[in-house]
Amino acid sequence: MEINNKIIEKHGLKIEEYENIKKLLKRSPNMLELGIFSAMWNEHCSYKSSRIHLKKLPTKGKQVIQGPGENAGVIDIGDDDAIIFKIESHNHPSFIEPYQGAATGVGGILRDVFTMGARPIALLNSIHFGSPSHPKTKNLLNGVVSGIGGYGNCIGIPTVAGETKFNETYNENILVNAMAVGHAKKDKIFYSKAQGINKSVVYVGSKTGRDGIHGASMASAEFDEKSEDKKPTVQVGDPFTEKLLLEACLELMKDDSIIAIQDMGAAGLTSSSVEMASKGSLGIELDLSKIPCREENMTPYEMMLSESQERMLIILEDGKEEHAKKIFAKWDLDFVIIGRTNKTKNLTLKFENQIVGEIPLDALATKAPMYDRKWTKKKISKKKLNLKKLKKIKIEDALVKILSSPNHTNKSWITDQYDQMVMCDTAQRSGSDAAIVRIHNKDKAIAVSVDSSANYCKAHPITGGKQIVCENWRNIVSVGARPLAITNCLNFGNPENQEIMGEFAECLQGIKEACEFLNYPVVSGNVSFYNGTNNKNIFPTPVIGGVGLIQKYPHLLSHRFKSIDSEIILIGKTFGHLEQSCFLKENYSIIDGSPPEVNLLNEKNNGEIVLSLISDNLISSAHDISNGGLIVALSEMSIHSKIGIKIEKPKKLGNLFEYFFGEDQSRYILEVDSEKLKKTETILKKSNIFYEKIGKTQKKFFEIEGEMKTDVNDLFNINNQWYNNF
Amino acid sequence: MKSSVIVFPGSNCDRDIAVALEKMQFQNQMVWHKETKLPKSDLIVIPGGFSYGDYLRSGAIAGKSSIIDEVIKAANSGCLVLGICNGFQILTETGLLKGTLLRNKNLKFINRDVNIKVINNKTKFTSKYISNQILKINIAHNEGNYFTDLSHLEELQKENLIAFKYCNEQGNINEDSNPNGAIENIAGIFNSKKNILGMMPHPERMVDKYISNTDGVNLFSSILK
Repeated sequence: MEINNKIIEKHGLKIEEYENIKKLLKRSPNMLELGIFSAMWNEHCSYKSSRIHLKKLPTKGKQVIQGPGENAGVIDIGDDDAIIFKIESHNHPSFIEPYQGAATGVGGILRDVFTMGARPIALLNSIHFGSPSHPKTKNLLNGVVSGIGGYGNCIGIPTVAGETKFNETYNENILVNAMAVGHAKKDKIFYSKAQGINKSVVYVGSKTGRDGIHGASMASAEFDEKSEDKKPTVQVGDPFTEKLLLEACLELMKDDSIIAIQDMGAAGLTSSSVEMASKGSLGIELDLSKIPCREENMTPYEMMLSESQERMLIILEDGKEEHAKKIFAKWDLDFVIIGRTNKTKNLTLKFENQIVGEIPLDALATKAPMYDRKWTKKKISKKKLNLKKLKKIKIEDALVKILSSPNHTNKSWITDQYDQMVMCDTAQRSGSDAAIVRIHNKDKAIAVSVDSSANYCKAHPITGGKQIVCENWRNIVSVGARPLAITNCLNFGNPENQEIMGEFAECLQGIKEACEFLNYPVVSGNVSFYNGTNNKNIFPTPVIGGVGLIQKYPHLLSHRFKSIDSEIILIGKTFGHLEQSCFLKENYSIIDGSPPEVNLLNEKNNGEIVLSLISDNLISSAHDISNGGLIVALSEMSIHSKIGIKIEKPKKLGNLFEYFFGEDQSRYILEVDSEKLKKTETILKKSNIFYEKIGKTQKKFFEIEGEMKTDVNDLFNINNQWYNNF
Repeated sequence: MKSSVIVFPGSNCDRDIAVALEKMQFQNQMVWHKETKLPKSDLIVIPGGFSYGDYLRSGAIAGKSSIIDEVIKAANSGCLVLGICNGFQILTETGLLKGTLLRNKNLKFINRDVNIKVINNKTKFTSKYISNQILKINIAHNEGNYFTDLSHLEELQKENLIAFKYCNEQGNINEDSNPNGAIENIAGIFNSKKNILGMMPHPERMVDKYISNTDGVNLFSSILK
């Protein structure tokens, strides 16, 4: 077939890019080669618009064993233990086919983690849907949640935490981000860099079918009315086979058979073989006649571009082939030597004894396009809100409105569909600031959380970027864990649009500043551009997945009040920032103004003091203050413990709504036993931390002096209704 | 006491039950599904998970696997057999236990801590519990909606073969405290000789106070007695 402009465009390549390919090859590519270029050069695999900005992120630290560039990031948690983790998006496929899209998102991220030698111990997710009233939302929500559960429950990895948000910006482009966390021995980590020539290249796992062809290219373009037609590009998941693959790989990893290993994720066999060989500055030759195929008469083009799931590529040490084969036979999985490494630095593809494609590897990897796209800065809104002009409401009504809203309602309808307990190490499940998972057979644990704040990021991307790192840091701190590192999933609109590119560049700037200041490096991540339909882009939605360490389990904390008559302490200053708040959004439908300012110094100082109070055993419960402000945070502590509070009227701040609903950052609520109050206050004073004693816990009633007094059970019911009625 | 845990390729609670058994001082062995002989055991456990993927009916293929013939033989000669979750489903597929597990009435996977009541505490599996004791145990299943025909249900009731029923915190057994639609709120049953117990809730998840609670401990200590 002759390659014309239409075919080039269909492959998601620009004409200039095609000309560049011809230059690199010193000839025209054939269809197979064009397909391979399209798979490697698309936004999803090449990071061509983002690379230049991603380079600025802090990725190093004493705790970092492996930063970005591998299948996942690796951090040191002491002794001989390492934690391996990453987050990835599966937005586009999940919109087209929610169950399979979400399920394979989970499967893909799990493979990234166990490829490196880790046994996965926790799954998390961040899912964003359009407005609840949008006709597609219900079906998408149902499908995505069952897909996430269907995969994780079957393979037997607990889904321990996540976030679910609704916002009309995702009406035509939902977000499905999945994060996996695994545990490995420090000296047993496996990488993807090929080494040595004439080594066996082995294909293991499921057979290759026609599913997912051009999946990565699809994820690199906006949607339009014809998105439904893209269904065949969505892969189909098989968690049972993944379980077999997981166990077989971990069994083979017990000795030194493996030189390099990589899962066949986006762009399947193409990206795995290209990345492994190019990282090792080697060449690789594959005989496609040997690929185990699920369907008849598959062409080299289809085999190279298929994104069939549950497959891995392994480069084996000499003489280990029989040993490895036996293990995969035990688990009833395909095991075929499909090629060898060589020193040509080319990708050479044979089929039926003929060379059908040959491409210099650097053309696909290091020489892939990199763009410094134009971008514009966002100005901070100068508009000031006049509270006096708003219709008067009662504090209680405003709180009820928030607690019963889809973004703040209890999410057990979702989390009940995920097995959170399998593996028996989940010490704190969903619904807390962070989930806690014990390291098996050890007395330490990790804390994990995923967070995003699209509204803040839209309003002012630098502040939003900073804020979301800080909120994640705070969530980890609140359960008594030392935050160690993050992974990020950067969900944005069309990077060819200067304003969107500006949102990206500035969010990253904010993330960078916060991560640097908090010593909270980025060790892995994923960029998802082109989230939009027909030129309508989503709000910038960077999702941060953080991991922290609890040294001495069971010294861990939850946000549930523990007893009555204890003191409630508010750490951090309350200024009463209401712009971009839940209060205005849920009660007045106002989404306007600037996000709350982030003061990194305060963030760090307040967090450190909370950590030290927790390790001194002075705190009985802790909760970070985020969306909805002080009152929503207090109500969550009450609702989840069924213990009431009595809060005194604030003395200093004039406006009660600003005080109770303001979303100022760097704040925590602590429950302190009255016997421990004195010691706690001494430490806070000595450290120059701003704090207020705001009241006490009490039986039954959620009470604010002179403003409201409500039975906690009523608040519980209000908070538990939304999903049942949806 | 010697225990054997049958491991199917898709079992995923095999490690959990092994940890619990070892904690309770059982001498435990894992038995791979392709084995054709069982080691000498006093207790055989079929753990939770997705045996062979369960793309067909849950437990249907496992019920026909080679190791299962050995389990049936051992069970018929009086060995204690405990099937948890997928293990319960497999036991019904083999015919060792009557009845079947249908999809949950809400057609969704359910994972949460539920209350169950000990209905019969005069068995080798439950003797350490008090009669009518209320336990809080985790469930995690898609097909836990136990169903059986009327004559078997009568037999279950008459012969005292119901092990556990779903209830609420106060111990009330009613529709609201039934998480999955199981007939008569049944969460676990015995065979007529009471040497086989199949149950949907996961006692092995409730043996560590730092993770959950210790309501599952007495099931294992009853067996040890």
